[in-house]
Amino acid sequence: MINFVLLISRQGKVRLTKWYSPYTQKERTKVIRELSGLILTRGPKLCNFVEWRGYKVVYRRYASLYFCMCIDADDNELEVLEIIHHFVEILDRYFGSVCELDLIFNFHKAYYILDEILIAGELQESSKKNVARLIAAQAC
Amino acid sequence: MASTPPAPAVAPSLVDTLFQRSLNDLVKSLRADPSAAGEAAAVARALSEIHREIRAPDAATKSVALQKLAYLSSLHFAPVGSHPLAFAAIELLASPHLPHKHLAYLAASLSLHPASLSLLPLATHQLHKDLSPSAGAAHQQHVSALAFQLLASPAATAAPDLPVHLAHDLVQHLARGSPRAIAAAARVIAASPSAAVPVLFKPLAACLASPDPRASTAAAAAFCDLSAPPADATPFLPLAPDLYNLLTTSRSNWALIKVLKVFARLAPLEPRLAARIVDPVCQLLTRSSAMSLTFECIRTVLTALPAHDAAVRLAIGKAKEFIAAADDPNLRYLGLLALGMLGPAYASTVNDCRDAIAKSLGDADTNIRQEALHLIMGMVNENNVVDIAGMLISHVAKSDPEFANDILGAVLAACGHNVYEMVVDFDWYVSLLADMARTLHCAQGDEIGRQLVDVGLRVQDARPELVRSARTLLIDPALLGNHFLFPVLSAAAWISGEYVDLTKDPVELVEALLQPRTSLLPISVRAVYIHAVFKVITWCFSVYVGRLGDSGMAMDVMFDRLAPDQTVSLDSNVALGSGEEQDIGASTVRKDPFSHESILYMIDLIQTTVGPLINCNEVEVQERAHNLIGFVHLVREIQELNKRKVADGDEPSRLKELVKTMRTVFCQELGPVSVNAQMKVAPPDGLILNENLVELAGMVSEDDTTPSTSIFFYPCSRHSVDTRDEPAVSIGSSSLSEHRKRHGLFYLQTGKTEDEPNDYPQANDSLPSSSNNSVINDDKSKTAELVFAGKKSTATKSRPKVVKLDTEDFLSSVMPSANVPKEDPLSGALRDVLLGSDAKALSSQRASDINLEGMLNKTSSNESSSHLIENLGSYPASRSSRTTSKQQNDDKEKGTNPRESDGKEPRKHRSSGRSGHRQGKHKHREKSSTQPDTIPQASVIQDFLL
Repeated sequence: MINFVLLISRQGKVRLTKWYSPYTQKERTKVIRELSGLILTRGPKLCNFVEWRGYKVVYRRYASLYFCMCIDADDNELEVLEIIHHFVEILDRYFGSVCELDLIFNFHKAYYILDEILIAGELQESSKKNVARLIAAQAC
Repeated sequence: MASTPPAPAVAPSLVDTLFQRSLNDLVKSLRADPSAAGEAAAVARALSEIHREIRAPDAATKSVALQKLAYLSSLHFAPVGSHPLAFAAIELLASPHLPHKHLAYLAASLSLHPASLSLLPLATHQLHKDLSPSAGAAHQQHVSALAFQLLASPAATAAPDLPVHLAHDLVQHLARGSPRAIAAAARVIAASPSAAVPVLFKPLAACLASPDPRASTAAAAAFCDLSAPPADATPFLPLAPDLYNLLTTSRSNWALIKVLKVFARLAPLEPRLAARIVDPVCQLLTRSSAMSLTFECIRTVLTALPAHDAAVRLAIGKAKEFIAAADDPNLRYLGLLALGMLGPAYASTVNDCRDAIAKSLGDADTNIRQEALHLIMGMVNENNVVDIAGMLISHVAKSDPEFANDILGAVLAACGHNVYEMVVDFDWYVSLLADMARTLHCAQGDEIGRQLVDVGLRVQDARPELVRSARTLLIDPALLGNHFLFPVLSAAAWISGEYVDLTKDPVELVEALLQPRTSLLPISVRAVYIHAVFKVITWCFSVYVGRLGDSGMAMDVMFDRLAPDQTVSLDSNVALGSGEEQDIGASTVRKDPFSHESILYMIDLIQTTVGPLINCNEVEVQERAHNLIGFVHLVREIQELNKRKVADGDEPSRLKELVKTMRTVFCQELGPVSVNAQMKVAPPDGLILNENLVELAGMVSEDDTTPSTSIFFYPCSRHSVDTRDEPAVSIGSSSLSEHRKRHGLFYLQTGKTEDEPNDYPQANDSLPSSSNNSVINDDKSKTAELVFAGKKSTATKSRPKVVKLDTEDFLSSVMPSANVPKEDPLSGALRDVLLGSDAKALSSQRASDINLEGMLNKTSSNESSSHLIENLGSYPASRSSRTTSKQQNDDKEKGTNPRESDGKEPRKHRSSGRSGHRQGKHKHREKSSTQPDTIPQASVIQDFLL
């Protein structure tokens, strides 16, 4: 399962965090610091997986944002990469060519969308149309 | 908002509500000042606002405040007390307005973590209400979805009684196949299995067979979570038919990946399962175009179905395709990862794609390189270790420093594993070690140096190559500037000194060891260098003096440039193999290292370069420099003799004895010792170790250093003490026992020594060296497993014998027969040989600065000195008959020192022996005049302890 989701900007600012495993506030700060150091320094043409404390962090960069998901060692890396892409596509569809500022000013919307896609660290909704419909219905 | 007067105690006024900042305003204010201080100030201001606003009775104000607080706590980790946020969130949970409710659920799932659970029970009722189907609610589906969301969050599952209360509410949602309910149910089961499994497991299992693909996918994911490694997968075996059905019919890759994962965990538990799933998995493997599913199939086959050869081959083929993917580093990484999952049975298959893996060593990505290195090290065996290590070392030059050292470390670890079990050709390995030390980024000097010495100790046949490699390292002045290589140079210097009889050109070696850039070395290494020079010069003298003896006593002839006649020069016992003799012979034509001129040249070199170090303020260097200079002064007489042309038969023989004795000091073989050897030595019965020594404990512990490496040395001395000749220990027995406690390794076990063979070598027997090792070892072979194999035949190149320590057997057999004298091994033999020149000079140097020449003259003018030296020379072989032969010519002064001269451990214990020796000498002089039968070694030991 996915242990947490992080969105980190290229400058190291955190744009979204979602924790599916219990972490204390202190641990969260530490995790974010460690991972930004690890991921932001990686070059462009390297593989999208980082081994970290017995876990794997799958990350992908979209424009200035790094989408990171931490999974267990025996989880499927490529599947998570697809989940990240799925999430980004839905964000893109919802905001209409999403940019970092959209996520900054509509942080709760980003959470709502993520909650529609992932529950308890597992993918729930693989249909983009469904997610869009649900989000629209809730906004009313 | 800033205009509002602070009124924290009262509820917010209408003004507050009207002018409340929205989330947008908050974000803008945070972004206005991006500096850390500005941001912190903005956060603090916003927090104080929120604390006021969140108490507002109005739901809209409250929800905006809650939204801002959720934002701050999730992204800025503001130190939010969990109370206001969580309590307000729970208040708002009950709001009939969906956006408020939604926000409240978001805030609750963000803010609740295991540390703030106290409020969660308050939410139980609301969750219960939201989960129960009430026909009237407009947004029932969304509301229950929100409740599932909270229920599946980590905080809720950590709350002990929440799942118990809500489990029954989940059942009806499971029956409808809601994916969120399935995920929440999985979390509830994981949180409290005892309460939830009876209620939820069956409905959850039913979802696997649901016609709705969303439900079956969610159920597969749920069971994949529940069966993850820490948990036991056995309870899920009954689900196999449903999972199999899903595997064969589902068209969702998400579901198939989860099902494959569950099967990978179930297959080892149920043997028949593997045969059933192998066909569908192979079909997926060949058919699927999705890389994630393909990789999952590969992983399943390689980890769970290793017995199905065809499937494994198919999976390996796919993995190789992954590795060959030039444009996708992800696939290359996963391909290497997949090959790493293969067991040793398929090592040859992995070997097939060695080229592709080797190519990955040069990949830009660290992960891929590491994985490739890991794979390559996994396929090393004794047949390909030469190829692989060579290939890896060639990669070192191309790699960045960090990875280069990873490679070096991996090669060292693999080759050194289990006492070099993979290495067959040690000549190759030794030169490989030297090559590794010379690579550009090498920072593994410690391990390389350790292994060089270790190989020297354990593998006799590797020594010639070791000495050659050490020479190339030592003569390169460029290496002296690299501080990573100091341990390697230290090892090389030690090897050159220890196995000096294998050296081709000692003159060159002395020059290399004394080259000016050695001043860059740290003190400890410098000391090793100087000591190595000592060994080399001692050996040269022994060869030289041997030739003197060979050519008779005529001094005129003696200093001519002699044609070497090695066959007759047995006193020196250089013990060169026949091939080496020819080499020496050949080099004599060029430049005879043992000619008078060469010797004088070396002496001069030593005096000019080591001489200044006598005043060095580092004791290690100073002491060794003193030793060396003292010895050189002693033998300098040769030169003087030459000038005077004194044809006195006594002098050369005295010199001869002196040199031979010194040579004896160094020619003992050092062997490896198990780290816990000392612990195995049981103290003899009736020995109370602590008696009378309590007051000494402080002093003793100060210099009681333990060796830092796993290897230390003990002398495999060729001469044993016959304990039956030992006088009873009466004086200082407690000192002896304390010493035995500290250096028990060097003691024989009493009682067992009776079994010792009595055929010791004669006094003037040949000195031990490589050629007579086999003879000596024959004596020991019964007890110690130290017998080396005979000469290596270069044609067949069979693996030479490597000395291993089988801790139990080896120690129990060796300890009683380690041939270690009961006498004190602490004493430095050189000190005794050099007693006039060294010890005294040392003691008096600072005070009166007596010159060494004076001391030397005194020694040489002593009429009994020739006796003394003779005694010294014969000493090592005469221990068994010590009490008889020694006492015969025992007079006033000489009895003491020979005894110490057999301490074959000058390397370890010299420093502690120094002061003791001086005292011991005087003390014993008194004693021996009064009571000639006193046990000398006991008193000596006592002195050393003081």
